[in-house]
Amino acid sequence: MSTINETRPADALRAGDRQADERASSTKPLGGIAGWMDDRLGGAKGVSFLAKKVFPDHWSFMLGEIAMYSMIVCLLTGAFLTFWFVPSATQVVYDGSYVPLQGVTMSDAYRSTLAISFDIRGGLLIRQIHHWAALIFVVSVFVHMARVFFTGAFRKPREINWVFGTILSLLACVEGFAGYSLPDDLLSGTGIRAMNGFMQSAPIIGSYMSYFIFGGAFPGEAIIPRLYSAHVLLIPAILVGLFTAHILLVFLHKHTQFPGPGRTNKNVVGYPLLPVYIAKAGGFFFIVFGVIALISAVVTINPIWAYGPYDPSPITAGSQPDWYMGFADGALRLLPGFLEFVSWGNFTWSMNIFPGSLVLLPVMWTIIGAYPFVESWVTGDKREHHLLDRPRNAPTRTAIGIAGISMYVVLFLAAGNDLMAIKLHLSINDITQTLRVLFFVAPPVAFWITKRICLSLQRADRQKVLHGRETGTIWRYADGRFEEVHAPLTPEERWVLVQHESREPLQLTSAKDANGVDSPIARKEQLRAKFSNFYFRDRVAPPTPSELEAAHHEHDHGSAPDGAHEAIEAAGAGRERETIKADKQLD
Amino acid sequence: MNDNETTDQGTNRALVPASGDGHDLLPASLITGVDQFENPGLPPHVHRAADDDPAAAKRAERQVATMFGLSMLGTLVFIVSYFAVPDEATFFFPGIGIAKTQNVVLGLSLGFAIFFIGIGAVHWAKTLMSDEEIVEERHEQASTAEERAKAVAVVSAGVASTQLPRRPLIKYSLGGALGLFALPLGLQVAGSLGPVNVEELKHTIWDPKDNGGKPIRLMRDPEMTPIRFDEVTNGSVFHVMPETLQKYIDEGKHVLEAKAKAAVILIRLDPDLIKVQKAKDWGIDGVVAYSKICTHVGCAVGLYEQQTHHLLCPCHQSTFDLTEDCAVIFGPAKRPLPQLKITVDDAGYLVAPQGFAEPVGPSFWERAR
Repeated sequence: MSTINETRPADALRAGDRQADERASSTKPLGGIAGWMDDRLGGAKGVSFLAKKVFPDHWSFMLGEIAMYSMIVCLLTGAFLTFWFVPSATQVVYDGSYVPLQGVTMSDAYRSTLAISFDIRGGLLIRQIHHWAALIFVVSVFVHMARVFFTGAFRKPREINWVFGTILSLLACVEGFAGYSLPDDLLSGTGIRAMNGFMQSAPIIGSYMSYFIFGGAFPGEAIIPRLYSAHVLLIPAILVGLFTAHILLVFLHKHTQFPGPGRTNKNVVGYPLLPVYIAKAGGFFFIVFGVIALISAVVTINPIWAYGPYDPSPITAGSQPDWYMGFADGALRLLPGFLEFVSWGNFTWSMNIFPGSLVLLPVMWTIIGAYPFVESWVTGDKREHHLLDRPRNAPTRTAIGIAGISMYVVLFLAAGNDLMAIKLHLSINDITQTLRVLFFVAPPVAFWITKRICLSLQRADRQKVLHGRETGTIWRYADGRFEEVHAPLTPEERWVLVQHESREPLQLTSAKDANGVDSPIARKEQLRAKFSNFYFRDRVAPPTPSELEAAHHEHDHGSAPDGAHEAIEAAGAGRERETIKADKQLD
Repeated sequence: MNDNETTDQGTNRALVPASGDGHDLLPASLITGVDQFENPGLPPHVHRAADDDPAAAKRAERQVATMFGLSMLGTLVFIVSYFAVPDEATFFFPGIGIAKTQNVVLGLSLGFAIFFIGIGAVHWAKTLMSDEEIVEERHEQASTAEERAKAVAVVSAGVASTQLPRRPLIKYSLGGALGLFALPLGLQVAGSLGPVNVEELKHTIWDPKDNGGKPIRLMRDPEMTPIRFDEVTNGSVFHVMPETLQKYIDEGKHVLEAKAKAAVILIRLDPDLIKVQKAKDWGIDGVVAYSKICTHVGCAVGLYEQQTHHLLCPCHQSTFDLTEDCAVIFGPAKRPLPQLKITVDDAGYLVAPQGFAEPVGPSFWERAR
């Protein structure tokens, strides 16, 4: 009642209230449209958080960016292509401007792809950008995956993101396959024909799968529209959704970083999103897009006009899928025919096809997706990891990765066995037999070699820390001997080589509990101990400060025996770490 | 929960690190008093030329502006050539060959227009924007114990309010409804995706029933002209379709479906080379016809090696030996290519008096039934 009176109207100012013009001036930096937006969305809080977000620098972090950008290029050019592409298998007679095919009966899909290539100005360029971007997308996804694997970036808390990435990479391959099948040319149609064979190879449900997917007998008119809705709608929706989650998790977890001076497991050192990463990463999008456009300008990809329309009767020599399906095609070339058999009940088991066509991909991607969980179980490591491993410092993981890649490469090479035979004048049978053997032999050999190389590199790092870096300067001593001068590392250089932890295998405490009864835990853990031993048995410990001291003394006194490190340590503990070069001059 | 896991390590478990000091499961930075190097901290910041020298900074600015200028030039070239370059123009591109002028010019101009924006931005960032590294702290990903307890309390309260734990009838009926409602959708898709006619897989249009019981003439593919026996010279190869295909072509329906199983390859070789009596009997004087659809996954077995009498499938390199009734001698296929019995009709044309004796093409579950 007393709050309203003539002396103080409702809109009058209270003590401490600011004038309207004062308030305007205080919000001036966020005036205009930005202020209008913030009034409604309150985005300013998020902007200051995002703008300051720090990203670490490393060339290998750009691999995922290439994947992201080439995917965006695919989405963009793909949208363009839908304006002219007709996803229909209806047979028409070609009357476009490409003379060699005039009068030929073909599907509307193939006719419209020819139109995009010849009759739509710039259409060929968009088509080529789309295809090149797709190839680069899948390549960069796989290389990015390899980077994440070999640096251990998949460890806690990023296992979920590894699984997302695994699914993304599988979808990328399926999306690519669906896409290059759409033009319905002779080459891709042959791929679809083979896919029909894959479907039929499934036990029990194979024939049904084939009829379901093709909407009747192969090839039918349903497969092109169905592939089209999968290619432009279904898979891209999942792909974009998962990709968004993938990026959000990167923001949530903050990017991993390579070990270095000032970098710890508790911080992230790099440049802020605004302005540096906006400029660098944003600029990189244009670089990726630009390079793809330049490649598309001068290098033809998938010249469908040269293959002709699909027809089940003709075929071209050297029929091959796009590269990312190569390994599966290779598996089919390696599987020997005798694996097919007819069982009791006259059922046909196509074990010469089924494992390579329908089983290989799910199994391979399941193994990849499960790896972080297997490793963390074996190592018993439940800590968060934000510092990346240098691949040499995780020899067993690196070796497992290379073994897997070697298996993949064998399958990939097998997909080109015919081309190798022709170009290298070799027998295709010999090549195939060799690759069959290599499929089993190459992984263990690659594992062993890689592990040995990793351990050697670790020893080389130790050497470098303890004895300095080779300078290339040769000194001649008074007594006539020559020696290369080693310069000591700076603390920053050294830190990279000594920061890692060298884990030891887990050991069983006791297989029996206090009462002498076999402990069930112990039995369960025995297997784990074996795996842990496999992971960490061979280890090169990073050098310690006392070892460095000892090494210096070794240099001081000419030839200290190896075992004398401990004794020398005490004497040299307080000494400045003088340069070895200076030592030599004293000699 | 997470805390428990870490403290439990090495105490209650049967597995411990070999060194037994329990440090194995702690970050190295947390272990003090151990013989280890110290993190030296961030290295001193090194100034770039443009940080100290205004002339260098000005130079960098000009370089960036030049890149952006080149980008605009690229855009301009694209727009002009979009209208100026005729569709049919070609030129010789050194090292590549005859190229479509329009594609090359449009692609290069678009490529450079985009590329130089990127190069300019990156150069700008690297020369002029602050390159002082910033340190951001990380925090444990897991929520604190209190936050977790609060979340559990909120969820428990919510669940309690639904009375779900006390009302099993709702619990199980809801579970049933949610579990089952996807079935109609699944049924619709699976049931309507395609007519399934497995028996059709075993049938080809070489069956004389499709021709009123009369033998079916072998026709050249794709000309659809009949083949006279005397036209088939030694060593020659014919790609063959049945006479019955013409009906499909005329109607313009299911042509490819029919071709997908009916494709046949006809070859003449020295009859003495054929080692299998059946293969000889089903041919005429060394002229034999086999299904061209690979018994592996169904590609056309289109490569005939005249010298070795091998048929090779270009998809996965299954090799079939004509002298052995097209048995598989190498590669991933298991079964021989089915043979088509042929004779000569009164007019001297090749005909197939009976269809294939077995299903052609890739294996399927019900094939042998």
